[in-house]
Amino acid sequence: MSQLYLIIALPAASAAVLLLGGRATNAWGHLLGTAAPLASFVIGVVAFAQLSTGDEEALTQQLFTWIDAGAFQVEFGLLFDPLSALFVLLITGVGGLIHVYSIGYMEHDVRRPRFFGYLNLFVAAMLLLVLADDYLALFLGWEGVGLASYLLIGFWQHKDSAAVAAKKAFVVNRVGDLGMALAIMLMFATFGTTTFAGVEDGMGEVTSATATGLGLLLLLGACGKSAQVPLQSWLLDAMEGPTPVSALIHAATMVTAGVYLVTRSHFVYEQTQAAQTAVVIVGLVTLLWGAIIGCAKDDIKKALAGSTMSQIGYMMLAAGIGPAGYAFAIFHLLTHGFFKANLFLGAGSVMHAMDDEVDMRRYGAVRTVMPITFLTFACGYLAIIGFPGFAGFWSKDAIIEAAFGESLIVGLGALGGAGITAFYMTRLMIMTFVSEKRWAKEAHPHESPLVMTMPLMVLAALSVLGGVLLLNGWIVDWLEPVFGPEEHAELPVPIVVMTLLTLAVVAAGVVVAFLVYSRQKIDTVAPRRVSPFTKAARSDLYGDAINEAAFMRPGQYLTRSMVYADNRGIDGAVNGLAALVGGTSGRIRRWQSGFVRSYALSMLAGSALLILAVLAVRLA
Amino acid sequence: MSVTPFLVLSAILFSVGAVGVLVRRNAIVVFMCVELMLNACNLSFVTFARQHGNLDGQIAAFFVMVVAAAEVVVGLAIIMTIFRTRRSASVDDASLLKY
Repeated sequence: MSQLYLIIALPAASAAVLLLGGRATNAWGHLLGTAAPLASFVIGVVAFAQLSTGDEEALTQQLFTWIDAGAFQVEFGLLFDPLSALFVLLITGVGGLIHVYSIGYMEHDVRRPRFFGYLNLFVAAMLLLVLADDYLALFLGWEGVGLASYLLIGFWQHKDSAAVAAKKAFVVNRVGDLGMALAIMLMFATFGTTTFAGVEDGMGEVTSATATGLGLLLLLGACGKSAQVPLQSWLLDAMEGPTPVSALIHAATMVTAGVYLVTRSHFVYEQTQAAQTAVVIVGLVTLLWGAIIGCAKDDIKKALAGSTMSQIGYMMLAAGIGPAGYAFAIFHLLTHGFFKANLFLGAGSVMHAMDDEVDMRRYGAVRTVMPITFLTFACGYLAIIGFPGFAGFWSKDAIIEAAFGESLIVGLGALGGAGITAFYMTRLMIMTFVSEKRWAKEAHPHESPLVMTMPLMVLAALSVLGGVLLLNGWIVDWLEPVFGPEEHAELPVPIVVMTLLTLAVVAAGVVVAFLVYSRQKIDTVAPRRVSPFTKAARSDLYGDAINEAAFMRPGQYLTRSMVYADNRGIDGAVNGLAALVGGTSGRIRRWQSGFVRSYALSMLAGSALLILAVLAVRLA
Repeated sequence: MSVTPFLVLSAILFSVGAVGVLVRRNAIVVFMCVELMLNACNLSFVTFARQHGNLDGQIAAFFVMVVAAAEVVVGLAIIMTIFRTRRSASVDDASLLKY
């Protein structure tokens, strides 16, 4: 299809206009910025229709030769296969809704056109990431979304915390990108090509060590971008960015790029059990890690960020399970994109009404003044905890089943995560929308304008209906050309029992949260005397402390000792030698006293010595 | 005729001159001591010329005299200039050219 490139080009062109146009775009910048992803969405839908009705497995377009250096040739091509198609629709669809929402959310910001420029830049880079048919072009998009993420987290750069958070996200992502870059180099060294097709063809012949190395390096890249343990620390700070950014980049799309990478590279992981197990472990640890953090945060956005980490952990887990999980990882990714964007935008709507207050301890009873936000948020809430019939129910249930098929421990971890999810989301719900008013005196909350509530309603509908993608196993069949036939995991118990068990755990989580938070009065200030578990969860399970102790401090010591060695050792030797020569010559200079008679004496003594020496030689 | 007495006299004259150069401060006296050393050398030259029976030493003595005369011209001019500017002919006073 020859218009494929327009999907990327439209938002990129819009970003260029908005970022170069400056104040001239103030009047219409937001409209252009919103139109671009929506236009891409339309093209995406057309391409999707063509793909689903046609016989081809994928639509492709070769654009140009990107790099031509001897044996290293990179063609710049686009690949619109069933996997990319779903991503394109998610990015442009949910992205478009978030753009619409941003028109209202950023209305009073003087730099609104610039904000839309950055958002468009992000959309263009993300679309390049999912449409590339080559790891190198994917890496270009990968870095592009990293840049956009950095710019948008630090969008309110006058706030110190935002600038620091942006820097932190950038630095942590560099660690993951290092893994990506090394993986691409390893691919080129092993296969001589970096295209998906070329690597897939070559994977049959590589040694298992190469396959494992490749898998682990790609996993490192995925961990950085998707905020998975051990590179999870940046995501919570990233909430410093405007809320639409959190919804678009740090919930629905960019942070799922790691899952895309792992599923896209399924042919690598199928050759290496070790790397696959590593993916499962990372997913399992992160889904519990994020869920536990979510339980203790009072900042509504940070609680949701912990939840995002946790849900991406589910996707990673499913992606690591193999052919039994790929389709469900993507399925959960899509439904999560719907309901988490919905939740974030709902939280943004509440914050907007509460004068940018983010502390849930200052909320309470918001449902009375913001009925639309409350109802849409409730849809997202029911979807994420997995209430029967809602989107999250279908997708999370499938992953938990696949996890039990993998092993009992993984299954129990995933099941426990579902219980904790129900707990913290119920807590968030009660503290924000139910309970009594704990508002600041000057707060006068009111329902948001239609331009903000309309996207909320659409996303709420998607959160409710997202499960239809699984109707008759549609999504599994749709993705079959990419992932191959699905393997059904053998479960120890019938699926119905499994589902009931999951529902029971979820219900338990809801009930516990209800008992804890709706019975007692919620303090407006977070209580200080809390259990060590709460303390640990409040400080992100000491993620920053671990990074500081394991990497930052030793790194500082290393640099300090190297500076010391440089100053004292190398500089010391050179400067010491110079000082020695200088000092010695200073002493010798003193001999030049200016007294003629002492010169005469030394001359005489010298002559005498010379004569004695000659005599000694002669007579000896 | 033995050359020893001449050489001993030459050595004594040279030593007197050398000691004078080292211990006296007055530039004129130092200068005269230098002349004394030169002439002690001349005496040795002439003595050895006589001993060997050729004229080489005598020619060398003439050269020394010519150089000494030239040196006197330059040296006395310098001493006079120093005396004019510093009101002193002491060689220790003129010690500015140093480290």
